[in-house]
Amino acid sequence: MGDWKTITVPALSSASKITYQNTSEKKMSPSSLNMQQVLRSPLPSYKNMHSFFSAFCTEENVEQSISYLNRELTTLGFPSLYLECKDKELNVVSVLNCMNELLVLQRKNLRAQEEVEIQHLKLGSDMDHLQNCYAKVKEQLEASRREIVGLQERDRQQQCKNRNLHQLLKNEKDEVQKLQNIIASRATQYNHDMKRKEREYNKLKERLHQLVMNKKDKKIAMDVLNYVGRVDGKRGAWRTGKTEARNEEEMYKVLLGGYEQRQKQLLVENAELKKVLQQMKKEMISLLPPQKQKPKERAEDGIGPVLSDMEEDAVEVNKENMWELSCETVREQLTNSIRKQWRMLKNHVEKLDNQVSRAHSGALNGSDVISREDHELETEKLELEIQQCKEMIKTQQQLLQDCYLLEERERLQEEWKLFREQKKNFERERRSFTEAAIRLGLERKAFEEDRGAWLKQQFLSMTSDHKNSEHVKTQSAYSGSSDSDNQLMNFRSWQKKPHCLPSVPPSEELCQTIQHIPHNSNSSVVLNKTTEDSKPKQWKGLNKAETE
Amino acid sequence: MNFSEVFKLSGLLCKFSPDGKYLASCVQYRLIIRDVNNLQILQLYTCLDQIQYIEWSSDSLFILCAMYKRGIVQVWSLEQPDWHCKIDEGSAGLVASCWSPDGRHILNTTEFYLRITVWSLCTKSVSYIKYPKACQHGIAFTKDGRYMALAERRDCKDFISLFVCSDWQLLRHFDTETQDLSGIEWAPNGCVLAVWDTCLEYKILLYSLDGRLLSTYSAYEWSLGIKSVAWSPSSQFLAIGSYDEKVRILNHVTWKKITEFEHPATIANPKIIVYKEMEKSPRVETESLAFPPARAQASSLFSTQSKYDISQVPVTLQYVKPVTDRANPRIGIGMLAFSPDNCFLATKNDNIPNAIWIWDVQKLKLFVVLEQLYAVQLFQWDPRQPRLAICTGNSKVYLWSPAGCVSVQVPMEGDFQVLSLCWHSSGDSMALLSKDNFCMCYLEREEVK
Repeated sequence: MGDWKTITVPALSSASKITYQNTSEKKMSPSSLNMQQVLRSPLPSYKNMHSFFSAFCTEENVEQSISYLNRELTTLGFPSLYLECKDKELNVVSVLNCMNELLVLQRKNLRAQEEVEIQHLKLGSDMDHLQNCYAKVKEQLEASRREIVGLQERDRQQQCKNRNLHQLLKNEKDEVQKLQNIIASRATQYNHDMKRKEREYNKLKERLHQLVMNKKDKKIAMDVLNYVGRVDGKRGAWRTGKTEARNEEEMYKVLLGGYEQRQKQLLVENAELKKVLQQMKKEMISLLPPQKQKPKERAEDGIGPVLSDMEEDAVEVNKENMWELSCETVREQLTNSIRKQWRMLKNHVEKLDNQVSRAHSGALNGSDVISREDHELETEKLELEIQQCKEMIKTQQQLLQDCYLLEERERLQEEWKLFREQKKNFERERRSFTEAAIRLGLERKAFEEDRGAWLKQQFLSMTSDHKNSEHVKTQSAYSGSSDSDNQLMNFRSWQKKPHCLPSVPPSEELCQTIQHIPHNSNSSVVLNKTTEDSKPKQWKGLNKAETE
Repeated sequence: MNFSEVFKLSGLLCKFSPDGKYLASCVQYRLIIRDVNNLQILQLYTCLDQIQYIEWSSDSLFILCAMYKRGIVQVWSLEQPDWHCKIDEGSAGLVASCWSPDGRHILNTTEFYLRITVWSLCTKSVSYIKYPKACQHGIAFTKDGRYMALAERRDCKDFISLFVCSDWQLLRHFDTETQDLSGIEWAPNGCVLAVWDTCLEYKILLYSLDGRLLSTYSAYEWSLGIKSVAWSPSSQFLAIGSYDEKVRILNHVTWKKITEFEHPATIANPKIIVYKEMEKSPRVETESLAFPPARAQASSLFSTQSKYDISQVPVTLQYVKPVTDRANPRIGIGMLAFSPDNCFLATKNDNIPNAIWIWDVQKLKLFVVLEQLYAVQLFQWDPRQPRLAICTGNSKVYLWSPAGCVSVQVPMEGDFQVLSLCWHSSGDSMALLSKDNFCMCYLEREEVK
């Protein structure tokens, strides 16, 4: 058996998973107690696992621990760890099986625990939720209770108001009644007073009348030149009983005449109305479906003097003249028959209405709805189409407008371009013109100066050459070239000194002008001509230069 | 439209003769008879005192002039200018005077309505009728002139006496169920007599020629009642205008109300045409003015032209709130007249004095409303056709017909305020009367557009 060692196992929070360690330690019952304690206690933390596991079985108490374990396991229903035949020998297979079983069991227990915990959580949350709901519902209940109280209060107020208004109305009505009574009483009072005053007044009138009559005023008279004949030429007649009777007769004649006229009118009206009623009756009969049974029934019943409708109609053709009479029975018959027909027509129409409504509400419930829906859809479609068309038209109009605008704009732009170009050209020309004019002016000035100088020189030379006059004359005869050469020379010499002309080309042209001079005696004229001639040349040249 | 020149007139006394040939006018104490077409003076008569009333006899041969202050009635003959007749009532006094329908008797109402004296021009007889009723329309003759109805009052009760005009025989005498009879009127067919009560009570009674009560009609009680009454020319309808601004139409068959016409201040029905008189300022060409300006020019310069414009419905008319604490307030339907062809009824609501309401009798609906600038003084239908002439106290005369309406300025020098007018029996002309003058207005056949 081995040495019994008491192992004081620390109270650990150990799991039920106990790994078997190869320690042979035996336990005493207190240790088993401890062991049981350990078993009952929760899972061990992994930190303490090793220490715990080593605490149960050590190398010394292996057999004890085996026998303990065997005892525990057998009590739990597991097979024995020892071999069957030989005790104290470990049945490894059964040990392993037991281990496996224990593992499985452990896992199951863990799962179960997990499930339980989950359910616990769920239940907890459910509980919370329910508590919240309960709180909310309680709040709502309170709120609605308060509302009810408020509404009740309002209702009470409104009823109060209503009662007040009713009271006011009653008061007003009472007042109106009172005022009417007052008016009535006052009216009677006034009437009474009026009557009294009138009686007094009548008395006065009587008195006055008496006085007037008594006085026999001579003034009250008619003064006429001669009496006039009556209108109808006859003489006046005495008023006798006959005349009175005749007057009465006349009066009644007049009255009767009036009545007769009125009666005629009324007869005519009646006849027309009767005709209209007859027509209406006929039309109503034609509208109604033929009802052949009823008149037969009536005939069978034989209801006294009242004719059936069909019989009436048959009779009617023959006795149309009867309707001309305006006696009571005929009138009644006509009105009754019209009423009957009208009632029948009404019933007929009502039946039709019911049929229609039944047909609609019955089997063809959907069709009605669908047809309406269709109708609505169609109308919507049409509306959409209309809108689309309108929009299209609008856009097209806009586009057209834009096109026109664009065209116009392009045209305008082109014109603008042209205009601008022309403007530029004109400006250029103007500038060149002004420049040329300035140049010309300057040149002219210079030329004038030169000319003046040259003339002076010439004069001087002429005076100096007077001594050698012939030579000069002959030279002057051939003034063309030699003089010109001289002049040219002089001019050239002159030219070189002052540099009056700014640019080269004008000087060349000026030379040209000078060459032209001798062709004409009038130098100024020539100058002018040449200048004029030069101008167009100049312009052309300038133009060419510019355009290039 | 042609206007004649202006003649003197006094007292708005200007009347056409029944045969349409003559026009009688008064200037103070003179009576002037003119020819209607050329307005030449045919006769001139001088009376003893200022004339207060003139009336032609039915055969246009005689004309009476009443002078109430002196109590004298003078009768003149057109055939014989030398013939004269003077009726002196003496101390009895004279309040009213009128011809009988045969043109040979004159009925004078003495002062205080003591009696009515019937003077005969053919015989020497005089008749007295005692206790006549002291009201405005106390005597009524039938249209054919055969019968006369006279309102009487004895012992605080009203009576009606029916006389035969040919020999003044009392035909019927019956009492009426009225408190205080205020008017009587025969229907144009002479068979029915309408009798209505004082304005304190709305009651109208219809009696037949032989004195039987045919019907009574009362629309309401306690408020002020009937103000004006008019028969339609065919005697089919009786229009009653009352103080509650409504006109009620009774029919001659059942004597029950067939409709009532209201006269509210706002007209909202778009089918009603509302003509509004508008002033248009005249264009003055300052260059062509001469100084001093000629008289005619001056008047035309300062006179404002006016024309009719069609107002857009809804229209609010000028409503005058009357003073309620006075007697005879200016409220209710004061004027009522049927057109001669029985197609239209013209009414005037005194609460809206500037407007005339024209109702279509066939449809019994409001047809046209004419809104004037000033209060309407008088309107009168043309005796032959549905044409209404209106005067509002200014210098214009207005004409309305279903074809349209026109405002015509009377082209007179100075002020000519048209206070009254009367049509000639042919409907071709009318006389416009002002306080001191009158003029004739000749209308062409196709005048009103």
